[in-house]
Amino acid sequence: MTLSDTQAAPAHPRDEPVPKIVTARHPLRWLSGAGVLVLLAMVASALVTNPAWEWDVVGVYLFAPSVLRSVLLTLELTALAIVLGFALGTVLALMRLSPNRLLSAVAWAYVWLFRSVPLILQLLFWYNLALLYPRLSFGVPFGPAFFDIGTMDLISPLTAAALGLALHQAAYAAEIVRGGLLSVDPGQRLASAALGIPPWRRLFKVILPQAMRTIVPHAGNEIIGMVKGTSVVYIMALPELFYQVQVIYNRNGRVMALLLVAAIWYLVLTTALSVGQHYIERYYGRGRAWPPWWS
Amino acid sequence: MTVDGDLLGYRRAGDRLHELREREVLRQRTKIGFVFQSFNLFPHLTVRQNLSEAPRSAQRRPRAEVDVVVARLLDRVGLADKADAYPHTLSGGQQQRVAIARALALEPKVVLFDEPTSALDPELVGEVLEVMKDLAVSGTTMIVVTHEIGFAREVADTVVFMDAGRIVEQGPPSQVLDAPEHERTRAFISKVL
Repeated sequence: MTLSDTQAAPAHPRDEPVPKIVTARHPLRWLSGAGVLVLLAMVASALVTNPAWEWDVVGVYLFAPSVLRSVLLTLELTALAIVLGFALGTVLALMRLSPNRLLSAVAWAYVWLFRSVPLILQLLFWYNLALLYPRLSFGVPFGPAFFDIGTMDLISPLTAAALGLALHQAAYAAEIVRGGLLSVDPGQRLASAALGIPPWRRLFKVILPQAMRTIVPHAGNEIIGMVKGTSVVYIMALPELFYQVQVIYNRNGRVMALLLVAAIWYLVLTTALSVGQHYIERYYGRGRAWPPWWS
Repeated sequence: MTVDGDLLGYRRAGDRLHELREREVLRQRTKIGFVFQSFNLFPHLTVRQNLSEAPRSAQRRPRAEVDVVVARLLDRVGLADKADAYPHTLSGGQQQRVAIARALALEPKVVLFDEPTSALDPELVGEVLEVMKDLAVSGTTMIVVTHEIGFAREVADTVVFMDAGRIVEQGPPSQVLDAPEHERTRAFISKVL
């Protein structure tokens, strides 16, 4: 039989009825589904019926002004640490890829140092900077100072926390941005150089937008990690979300309810960020065929 | 190496060659178009943006003027209807025609082609060669690295046959391609024709 024969002939002769398709049954799928539903129902009932969770207390504190203020501080710290961290991280990534060996070595050393020392230790270090350098002066290097200022006045606990988180974040951001830059096809750099496009324009208009495709998923991880990571600054007695709920439950003893309040807020914040990440990825995915549902 | 009497990459002062500064090098690059084997279009920019980027940022020409040039070039390579498409939606031959238009947008003195058809389906080679023939006829100076011997015979003024980075022989196509002097050239021609 040739190809044209198969196309020309009907699939079934007229007089024979077309057989009906009966889909296969999957009893095990139904059984496992039912099992999971029962387990979920048990979890839900354990959460709802156990009075120890004190849902009424959760309701009272979820939107308490002090809790809302602490959520705001957590957001503020996250934003500062991520924006400053990625700005410095981008500079470090460019230094690391620079043909200047000294710049490259300095960037490597920075990443090595800030990735190696535990965050909590770095935070305490910045918090106590005044012990090392009571006064900071600004002026010509090794020359006269234009003005100087007490370290305690310049670096408040909030500044110390933001600074500590940002400098630590920069080390990770540097590697993420560097990975993104390396993932762009070298032909893109060649083409833009051959067209005589100036170096900065080449970086910001051609290379970085393409690197963002690789950077955004990793950056999303880091930002969500940072929302939760800000909770370590409780050691500096900053009233961010985690510190604030501790203060409240130390006063009223409703430990589980208040931990639940914090957990709910962290969930809300990270969910919002995950949704945002989806749209940012879609934006930087423009002009690409994959994945197919984008275009 | 010079283009229009302009020494590339260096400035001569007596018996010294001074390396040029970045800005000068970029200015010289705008006078030389380059078409890549693998196209290297900017995937995140539309066809129109691919063409207008360099004239705007490297030559600082006004937007209105560039828009006119871009429209004319796209029309010339037969892709006027694809101005707002992204490169990945185009076939290989169409992408390479966009790349040629992009190189021409700078109005270069010479256009270099690095095996412009070797990444294409045999079916699509023709449309790219057609555009290049049109350029050659209109008087654009082109240096083309190619294995398309038929194309070279038809369009080239001078053919240079190279092997392992060295020139084996050069001259008009009637001489190099039809009556080669060297054994190496003869061996190659006999295989590709």
